[in-house]
Amino acid sequence: MEIRLKGISHSYRDGGLKVLSDINLSIREGEIVCLIGPSGCGKSTLLRIIGGLELPSAGAVLQVGDPPPTSLNPLTYVFQDFALLPWRTVEGNISLALEDHPIGRKMRNEIIDGVLARTNLTEFRKAYPRQLSGGMKQRVAIARALSVNPAVMLMDEPLSALDSQIREILMADLIELWCRENFTAFYVTHNLAEAVRLGHRVAVLSRRPGRIREIIEIETPLDQRSADSPELGRHQQHLWEMLRDEARAADLELANV
Amino acid sequence: MSDATVALTAPAEKPVRFRGGGFRTRPLGIISPIVFVVVIGLWELGSQSGLIGKLILPAPSEALQALLELIETGNLWKHLGASLQRLIVGWTAGTILGIGVGLAIALFSYVRAGAQPLVSAIFPIPKIALLPLFIIWFGIGEGSKIATILFGTFFPTVIATYGGVDNVDRTLIRMAQSFGVSWSSIVRKIIIPGAMPAILSGFRISIAIAIVLLVAAEMIGAEFGVGAYILLAGSLVATDQLIAGVAILSALGLTIAWLIGKAESYLLRWRT
Ligand SMILES: Nc1ncnc2c1ncn2[C@@H]1O[C@H](COP(=O)(O)OP(=O)(O)O)[C@@H](O)[C@H]1O
Ligand SMILES: [Mg+2]
Repeated sequence: MEIRLKGISHSYRDGGLKVLSDINLSIREGEIVCLIGPSGCGKSTLLRIIGGLELPSAGAVLQVGDPPPTSLNPLTYVFQDFALLPWRTVEGNISLALEDHPIGRKMRNEIIDGVLARTNLTEFRKAYPRQLSGGMKQRVAIARALSVNPAVMLMDEPLSALDSQIREILMADLIELWCRENFTAFYVTHNLAEAVRLGHRVAVLSRRPGRIREIIEIETPLDQRSADSPELGRHQQHLWEMLRDEARAADLELANV
Repeated sequence: MSDATVALTAPAEKPVRFRGGGFRTRPLGIISPIVFVVVIGLWELGSQSGLIGKLILPAPSEALQALLELIETGNLWKHLGASLQRLIVGWTAGTILGIGVGLAIALFSYVRAGAQPLVSAIFPIPKIALLPLFIIWFGIGEGSKIATILFGTFFPTVIATYGGVDNVDRTLIRMAQSFGVSWSSIVRKIIIPGAMPAILSGFRISIAIAIVLLVAAEMIGAEFGVGAYILLAGSLVATDQLIAGVAILSALGLTIAWLIGKAESYLLRWRT
């Protein structure tokens, strides 16, 4: 299944400040598309629009082809703040995503076993979120997202709330997961290093109203990318130059409000 | 110049002053029983020595005597049983209705628009003022007493419930919606557990109100009940019995607070 964005524009109030302007983009099957942009440029808004949590003022999000029949929730989010229920254990949090589907208890337990194993969480099955570190919580959120077998994962700065060591580890985990399973993802971040490590393509959004400035393609396969490769460095430098001016201008704009 | 002289003499060392204490309370378990014993001991001494007049305040030992008498004659259970029954029926009904209406106000815009002003208008009325009306409606018997307690319990529960729901983390609800979780599942699995801390602290308030109303209602036309016992003792100037009755109320309140504490630590065991 592929997602195609056609002329998406959005403002939160009629005639109000425009947040997004004429976004055209497609997310192809098996591909990770990263979206970077200065904060407040409408990245989260765009992600909510793609997943059907917000209606765009103009334009449409098209789903090309059908999701695999085994997909319980084709468009599935991973949130920056994890969004785990504090009153449920790891297992219960994953179960929440499955309980409304007619799959039976046995099947549900099998799915939970499976995703816990895939995210190395098996021994934390009975733990409550408060007992887990930030990195572990995000791993649970990723396990929950995988449990519904999404056609496209919509990830909103999933690593931004974590410290840099944990971020590095989880990034490696995500790369490994992608190499095994080729999931499709739209990955929002403001961290350039993340974008060039994880993205097959990186789209740069301008400051508000967000429009796409450029889409760069990174040829190196994910598993051959390392933090110090010169090619990634070049891409990162290029992205930084583009983003720096946007970020500076966006910063001044906010100060003037 | 002066820099050089400073560099030559070693600067004085002194520890940084600690200024982080003061606002942390320490659990000192032995203090509370000591305070209890000292207060009652002084009171007993004052009574024995005649410093406190017998009619003004009886000695704790006399109040205890009255309490034992109450137990021996079996009247304790008659009074306490009648009171507990009213309290349990009134409070439970008020709480169930209150949680239901509170949820409805929190979840449905029309209900909120319609009911919230009504709740705000009736909540501040001391419900005891409505007791005469309830007696006209439900008769002098159990009906009016239970109705008063029910009514008094209902409003704080409504307010605690919808306040609790309003404070449930919106990101959790959005997460559930993004997973296609149904409306009723969101209410059962996210909204109600998320509002539970607020609902339970509402219980502490509503139960205190319920006890006040219970005693007040029992002072009008009740044969049995702790309130009736206290009223009778008062009109006979039997202050020892009066104090015994008050002690029963205190014990009742403490027991219920303890039960709510137990319920909290069970239902909210996911909290730190
Ligand atoms: N629910 C909302 N109502 C009104 N304005 C909003 C809402 N959500 C976001 N905005 C505004 O839209 C702009 C883009 O927000 P967002 O998509 O969160 O940006 P980003 O994720 O790129 O930091 C911001 O200026 C923000 O203030
Ligand atoms: Mg954002």
